[in-house]
Amino acid sequence: MTFLPALLKRLAWSLLLIVAVLVLNFLLIHMAPGDPADVIAGEMGGATQEILDAIRKSYGLDQPLYVQLWVYLSNAATGDLGQSYFYNLPVLDLILGRLGPTLLLVMVSLLFALFVGTALGVIASHKPNGLVSYTVTIISIVGYAAPIFWTGLMLVILFASVIPLFPISGMYDIRLEGGMFVRALDIAHHLVLPAFTLGIVYLAQYSRLTRASMLEILNSDYIRTARAKGVPEIMVYGKHALRNAILPIVTIAGLQFGAIISGAVLVETVFSWPGLGTLAFESILARDYPTILGILFFSALLVIIANLTTDMIYRLVDPRVGTSAK
Amino acid sequence: MTKASPNPLVAESPLKEAWGVFRRSGLALFGLGLLITIIIVSLIGPLIYTVDPIEIIWAPLTAPGMEAVVPLGTDYLGRDMLAGLINGGKATLAVGISAALITVIIGISIGAMAGYYGGQALGGRFPYHPFPKLRVTEFFQVLPPLLFAMVLVTLFSPTLPIVAVAIGVVSWPATARLARAEFIRIRNLEYVNAARSISATDNWIIWRVILPNALPPLIVSSTLSIGIAILFEAGLSFLGLSDPNIVSWGLMIGSGRQYILDAWWVVTLPGVMIFLTVLSVSLVGDGLNDAFNPKLRDR
Repeated sequence: MTFLPALLKRLAWSLLLIVAVLVLNFLLIHMAPGDPADVIAGEMGGATQEILDAIRKSYGLDQPLYVQLWVYLSNAATGDLGQSYFYNLPVLDLILGRLGPTLLLVMVSLLFALFVGTALGVIASHKPNGLVSYTVTIISIVGYAAPIFWTGLMLVILFASVIPLFPISGMYDIRLEGGMFVRALDIAHHLVLPAFTLGIVYLAQYSRLTRASMLEILNSDYIRTARAKGVPEIMVYGKHALRNAILPIVTIAGLQFGAIISGAVLVETVFSWPGLGTLAFESILARDYPTILGILFFSALLVIIANLTTDMIYRLVDPRVGTSAK
Repeated sequence: MTKASPNPLVAESPLKEAWGVFRRSGLALFGLGLLITIIIVSLIGPLIYTVDPIEIIWAPLTAPGMEAVVPLGTDYLGRDMLAGLINGGKATLAVGISAALITVIIGISIGAMAGYYGGQALGGRFPYHPFPKLRVTEFFQVLPPLLFAMVLVTLFSPTLPIVAVAIGVVSWPATARLARAEFIRIRNLEYVNAARSISATDNWIIWRVILPNALPPLIVSSTLSIGIAILFEAGLSFLGLSDPNIVSWGLMIGSGRQYILDAWWVVTLPGVMIFLTVLSVSLVGDGLNDAFNPKLRDR
């Protein structure tokens, strides 16, 4: 399959997934115990009879279920994800305001994990029983078995009192004065601990995966050929082997996007990072259902976009993908 | 003729053989021992150490080792940390194990159907079967699992059964994928065709012929999903999404986190317990993986 039809097919499928997520949201509202109007109002004290009536009208709650579904879907299509009666804001505005910090956190963690993870994996594959190999194994055990929010809290204890190098909460210092550059630096400074906490779990996985696939590739014929014709060892590793070892990691990283967002929810809560995760936490405390469902929808949207991008990058990087499956 | 050696044609039972490999791995045995210890302490501990984990018995935030009455200190309300740690395991383990069970039941059922009926292998007998290429799984995989579980628990109620069901409902896709792959691998092997040729029903073939042969990797993944479910339960109770009246390690961390800068132990100790539990489960899982994987035998 060539690139464009494949892209169109994936796009159509993604659109279908998005609608499916919306239908799920709709069903959840109706399956939850109690009156849907109460659910949408968020069970906060502020929901007066007028608000409830307004909700019933705008969601068409007196209509048959399929009409309600249609109203819900067409509202969503115009970007109307409902109103948060707790924050008194449209859910979409609320989410868009928090999207940036979450994306920043997730992308930086992912890049950190990818680069450092592959680098450690390559070093470990050079000496399979060396110090780096053991360190990678230990990090991956801790990364797997320790709850991510606990790792974060341990870092808070460490950096709050023992080594006060990095800020342990928030995204920027409001007292700070200065230009764009100073502010960017300040955000980066605040980002260190949350990104490290979120990244370390995946760093461990990627380094183990890189190590395993490097070890397999380094035994293959074309590597022997490269060595035989005198290619310097650094080129053997960096060019011939790594290129092939990195493909499965790109796939895994794309597939894990949903899990990373889940991790971000906990990490943001620990470090008071003002993203979607803290918003989710706050709206759960407030029983603000429209916001919570909006966040679920938006994060699913992020995962769908990430999967689509990975798929397309994969097709561009590896020309074999897609050609065999005609 | 030399002395008769054990008949090479009589194979050791697969389980016995697997246990033989498992037993030789130090880490796997350590994991198993640790897990059994944690389970025993969680079950019997509360009968021996009878301090009520919810009762306020001493000054708040007493450090461990300062008072003999509260050997591991107290939390922010003055409740005994040791009692909390001993009693907190029960909820965590119960939710972890039942959630893993739900994960496995949903995952294997859907994966088996998709693997058995999917594709063209049966001569296109079921062109419109409900699980083409396991698209259902793909749908569930776009929902970030923790957020989805948070939504489910918030919309319904934060009780232990709901938490377990929510974790099970969000984490089955991985198991389903694995089961599907195994079923596709096995569904056209000779013995399955043999069963088909004596007109065994699909149900019989799926559950009695293929499933027993697909079990080893599924057992390993089920073990690992207990670990994942425990982490999930901890995450949810850390966020305050579990039964507030039942002590659990995650809940202890969540409720104590405001005080960590004054009292390191209130979050560190329950976290260590979660870490040890998940570690022991994953060591057992790794051991089982080696034991069931014939490629790795006799290394």
